[in-house]
Amino acid sequence: MEMLSGAEMVVRALQDEGVEYIFGYPGGSVLHIYDALFQQDTVNHILVRHEQAATHAADGYARATGKPGVVMVTSGPGATNAITGLATAFMDSIPMIVLSGQVRSDWIGDDAFQETDMIGVSRPVVKHSFMVRDAKDIPEIMKKAFYIATTGRPGPVLIDIPKDQTAPNVKNPYEYPKKVKMRSYAPVSRGHSGQIRKAVEELMKAKRPVIYAGGGVIQGEGSELLTKLAHRLNFPVTNTLMGLGCFPGTDPQNVGMLGMHGTYEANMTMHSSDVILAVGARLDDRVTNNVKKFCPGAKIIHIDIDPATISKNIMAHIPIVGPVHQVLEEMLSALDEHGGEPDQKALERWWEEIEGWRKVHGMRYETNENGPMKPQQVVEALYKATGGDAYVTSDVGQHQMFAAQYYKYDKPRRWINSGGLGTMGFGLPAAMGVQFAFPDATVACVTGEGSIQMNIQELSTCLQYGLPVKIININNQALGMVRQWQDMQYGGRHSQSYMESLPDFVALAEAYGHVGMKVTKFEDLEGAMNEAFALKDRLVFMDIYVDPTEHVYPMQIADGSMRDMWLSKTERT
Amino acid sequence: MRRIISILMENEPGALSRVIGLFSQRGYNIESLSVAPTEDSTLSRLTLTTFGNDLKIEQITKHLNKLIEVVKLVDLTEGAHIERELMLIKVKATGAQRAEVKRSVDIFRGQIVDVTSTVYTVQLTGASDKLDAFIGAIGETQVLEVVRSGVSGISRGEKVLSL
Repeated sequence: MEMLSGAEMVVRALQDEGVEYIFGYPGGSVLHIYDALFQQDTVNHILVRHEQAATHAADGYARATGKPGVVMVTSGPGATNAITGLATAFMDSIPMIVLSGQVRSDWIGDDAFQETDMIGVSRPVVKHSFMVRDAKDIPEIMKKAFYIATTGRPGPVLIDIPKDQTAPNVKNPYEYPKKVKMRSYAPVSRGHSGQIRKAVEELMKAKRPVIYAGGGVIQGEGSELLTKLAHRLNFPVTNTLMGLGCFPGTDPQNVGMLGMHGTYEANMTMHSSDVILAVGARLDDRVTNNVKKFCPGAKIIHIDIDPATISKNIMAHIPIVGPVHQVLEEMLSALDEHGGEPDQKALERWWEEIEGWRKVHGMRYETNENGPMKPQQVVEALYKATGGDAYVTSDVGQHQMFAAQYYKYDKPRRWINSGGLGTMGFGLPAAMGVQFAFPDATVACVTGEGSIQMNIQELSTCLQYGLPVKIININNQALGMVRQWQDMQYGGRHSQSYMESLPDFVALAEAYGHVGMKVTKFEDLEGAMNEAFALKDRLVFMDIYVDPTEHVYPMQIADGSMRDMWLSKTERT
Repeated sequence: MRRIISILMENEPGALSRVIGLFSQRGYNIESLSVAPTEDSTLSRLTLTTFGNDLKIEQITKHLNKLIEVVKLVDLTEGAHIERELMLIKVKATGAQRAEVKRSVDIFRGQIVDVTSTVYTVQLTGASDKLDAFIGAIGETQVLEVVRSGVSGISRGEKVLSL
C-alpha cells in the first residue's frame, strides 16, 4: 500500500473525491498541506483575500453546481473568519467541507499562538465536525465528511487538523474507502408510500390548492419533477426566496415569490388556499408572518428530507419525510394509479380569483420622469441585458429583494443568495465560485454600496484569476433595508443607516485593475448594461445611482396573516 | 410535563458537547443529566430529564436524532419505566437530632455510609421525588451538603434500548 504523510493524504483524498477547486488562505498550521498542494496539479487552489470570502466562494460554487464546495484555512483567526461562511451554508443547507488547521496536538489547550477551539466555536453552525487525532484516520474522516455533507439534508462539515498530523516525515498507508458505513447516520432514502397516496387524495379533493416550493427542491434535484407535477395538476406555484428557479419564473402558473416581500397574488393565494403542498420549504418566519394567523383554511402536505423541519413552525396534516426527487416521482405515479383529476370547475374559479389579484396588485412601482432612477429599473435592465439567462448572486438588503422580485429565474441554481442567514458580503465571493464552476457563463453580482464593502477586497482575487464577474452596485447611498424599517417603524429616524464618505467606486475598480462605470441617469442605463456585458473577459463594476427613498413592496405587516401587506407607502390590504 | 430521554451514542470525544450544545442553542432546558459508557465500550448511555409539551419534546427528539453521534434514543416517559437517582447527603446529627435522622433514614430505606460525632452521611436511591421528600423530612436547615447523580432510567418489560 502507498505510504503518505497526513498532508499528502488530505490532498489525495480531495483528488479521490474529484475536487476541482479549493478556496483558501495559507498560514502556519496548514503549511504542510499547502506544500503537498504545490506538488500536484489536479486540485486547483484559489487564493482569496479573506477567509470569509473563501467560504462564500465555495458556497457559490456548491449552489451553482450541486457539488460540495471545499475550503482550507489556517488555525485561529483563519478558522474564525470562516465561521460566517459556515453559518451561511448551514442555514441554507449547502454541502461544504472546511479544512481548518490546528496547532500541534500537544499544544492544544495551552493557548498556543493562533489556537482556537474550532470544533467548539463552529459546533452550532456545522452539520458535523471531525478532529484528526491520528493521521491514519485521515482517509476515513475525509470520506465520511464528504458523505455527511452531501447526503440527507446537506450542510457544512468541518475537519480540524493539528499540524503534527500532517507532518511530512510521518508516513502511513493510504487507501481511500469505497463506501461509508455509519451506524448512527442513515439518511432517509424513501418517503412513506401510504402518506404519498394520502397526499394525492387530498390534492384531488382540493378546490383552492397551491404548491409552495422551496430551496429543498433545488438541492434535491427535484425541479423537473415539480414542474411536471404542477403542469399536470394546473395548480398555482409560489416559490420561496431560496426556491426561485425550481419552477420557471416566466411560467403563467408561477404566482411569484411569497412571504415578507412576496407578491400580492402569492400571499393571497396562500392565505386563501384549502390545500398547501409544501415541498422542500421550511415554513420559516419570513414566509408565515404570524403563525397563529397562517393560512386558516389550509390542509398542509409537507415534503422534506429533514424530519425536524416538519411541524416545527406549522403543524403538517400530512407529513412526508423523504428525498424530494423520490417523493415527487412516486407522487406522479400515484397520480397515474389514482386515475382521477382535480375538480376542474373549482380550479377554473380559483384561477379566475388569482388572475384578479394579479391584475389589481401585481408587481409594480412608480417611476418618475425627471427624478432619480428606481432600483427596480436596474434589475429589469439587467434581466433584459442578460436575456434572463445569467447566474445572479446577491448580497443582502433591498437590492436582494428587487433581484428576487424583478429577475425571472427560469432554471434552478441560477439565483444564488444567502436566504437563511442573510449575510452581507456574500455576493461577490459567491459570484467568484460560480464563475470558476462555469467560466463561460454570464455571472452578475447584484449588490449595494453597503454590502459590497463587506468583501470588496475580493476584487483583487478576481483580477488574479481573470474572473469577468459583472458587479451591479445598486447605489442608494444608504443601508436601504435598514432605512426602510426606520421609515416604517421608527418615525423616519435614520440611525446609522447612511453610508457617508462612499468611495469613488469607479476609481476603486480601476485601482484593482478592472473596468468601472458610473450610471446616474435612466436613459444611460440600457446602453451601459449592454456595454458592460459585451466586455466578456473583464470584470465590470457598475456603480448605479438610484432613488434613496425607494422601499421594497409588497411588505407583510408584522404579526399579521399572510395577506396583511403594505402595497406601497400609502396603500395596504 | 417532565420527560426522561435516554440516548445511546458513540463514545467519542465531543459527542456530549453536541448534545448539551443542542439544548442551549435551541432554548431547551436540561434539568438533570447523567452519562457513562455501556457494556459496549464504543457506546455511551446518556439520560436526561427535561420539561415540555408533546410538540416540544418531539422537536427535541428529532433534533437529537439528527446529531451524527446519536445512535438511538427513547423517551422513557412514553411507556412504563423505572427511574432511579442516587443521592449522597450530609446532615447535622447532634443531640436529639441524631436518633431522629436515623429514623428518617430507615423509613426512606437509606443507608448511613459515614459517621462523625456531629454528622451523618446518608446514601439514598429512588425516584427523584423520593429524594426530594427525604430532604423535606429532614428539614433543610439540617442539610449540610447534597450531591445527586441525576436520573437514570430503563423501560419495564422486554423493551430494550440497544443496537
